[in-house]
Amino acid sequence: MPKLLSILINNVTCQVAPGTTVAAAMLLAQQPSRISVDGDPRVALCGMGICFECRAVVNGTSHRRTCQMLCEDNMTVETNS
Amino acid sequence: MRAEVLVIGAGPAGIAAATAAAENGCKVIVLDDNVTAGGQIWRGATVDSANTQDVAKQRAMERLQRSGAQVLNGRSVFSADASGTVQTLQETASGNVVEQFHFEKLVLATGARERFLPFPGWTLPGVFGAGGLQALVKGGYSVAGKKIVVAGTGPLLLAVATHLAEDGAVISSVLEQATLAQLAPFAASLWTHPAKLVQGARFRVKLWKTPYRAGCWVIEAIAGSGQTLASVRVTDGTRTWTEPCDLLACGYHLVPNTEIAAFLGCAFRESFVQVDSAQRTSLPNVFCAGEPAGIAGLEAALVQGEIAGLACAGRSHASLQRRSAAERAFGDRMEKAFALRAELRSLPRPDTIVCRCEDVPFARLQGHQGWTDAKLQTRCGMGPCQGRICGPAIEQLLGWRPVSIRQPLFPVPLQAFCFPDASENNTTELIKEKA
Repeated sequence: MPKLLSILINNVTCQVAPGTTVAAAMLLAQQPSRISVDGDPRVALCGMGICFECRAVVNGTSHRRTCQMLCEDNMTVETNS
Repeated sequence: MRAEVLVIGAGPAGIAAATAAAENGCKVIVLDDNVTAGGQIWRGATVDSANTQDVAKQRAMERLQRSGAQVLNGRSVFSADASGTVQTLQETASGNVVEQFHFEKLVLATGARERFLPFPGWTLPGVFGAGGLQALVKGGYSVAGKKIVVAGTGPLLLAVATHLAEDGAVISSVLEQATLAQLAPFAASLWTHPAKLVQGARFRVKLWKTPYRAGCWVIEAIAGSGQTLASVRVTDGTRTWTEPCDLLACGYHLVPNTEIAAFLGCAFRESFVQVDSAQRTSLPNVFCAGEPAGIAGLEAALVQGEIAGLACAGRSHASLQRRSAAERAFGDRMEKAFALRAELRSLPRPDTIVCRCEDVPFARLQGHQGWTDAKLQTRCGMGPCQGRICGPAIEQLLGWRPVSIRQPLFPVPLQAFCFPDASENNTTELIKEKA
């Protein structure tokens, strides 16, 4: 069993398997990836980098497509609002 | 970086094209937006010997590696010109890398995305694309124990349902909008494609308890407590009923990714890039293979990719033409079988969001003449996806076709777009993005 990665999603520490995408980690943590223009929570839709619904703040940079990004140890992820 | 043959997209078509060109002596670079090669149908690296697609993928990947073609992942193409330059953005943990690639011949193997049709509740967390949910599960999301309705149209639905069931999900039903009468001739014609029959049989084995309902579709996704999905309303056109579920995986077959081809000025045949028997577009040094040239599935992508690669290397592809024609015919039959029913156009209510990026409801689009007008007045299609999701939906709902494609073809930080000559010496330039 490979060592789990530790990432911080909206200030909560989560353990995920190596190879997990950030979008998948946010779904596992039941956190929305972004808040829409009208204030509604959104999560990934297309899973392949097209729809941009999965964009979140990763390591302080906003609008990252989390479905196209793998989790790294000690990564910080926040809902894009 | 310089390549004789530059391939955009490392799905089956791009892999086949790169392999054929490299095996015949060309210096080949493949650019791909995803974390790993394989495209959507070959997404995920686990090898399961019962799954013929994965064995096929492994063989194709090994042959690609031996061919000497160089695959660069995580690159999004945001600018291109037919005279021989492509620019990409790579997002890394430390910042953005902009790269320039020069080519003599370009192969567009940009694949397809799912078609989404708006219905009340489709923006709720818990509602995913069909292929979308499958991709997320391959990316580590677990659906074990979750009750899932798989809906929409196309052969992908069974593949998705099978994969989700293998992950431990309870598939309560698969809802295909096409009627049995529509599907029957297509199913019967599969005798000419044994590999596809084997796949179909495998799906039935995994899903023997799951009802497959043809002629049914989801009309509404309903939230429970909080803003997450609790159930869906389903209809067969005469009666409607509620199916409780944790997740909905819903996609309406595929639309081609043709943005780069359109931007370059390739001629189109309806929604698809026009190609000749060598997969050459109307631009002499630009080729196109796979779904952008016509939605026809994996086998078509492989043979068209190989033809394009051979053509780039100046080799004969005559022996592949019969296979190619057969796969195109398969695509035509598939298009007829999964043609969308008219009722799907009346699913949105006035307050149903159509453009998810800008939260534009259906009511605000009515009264506009077309895209230009609607963009100016409502910002529909002007968010980060650049109309890739709402565009095909609006084409179904209102009949509007996209009007123009501009660069950047993909949202990029301003620095990347303003300093395109950053990589003057064909080397890469690191542009640190300010948070």
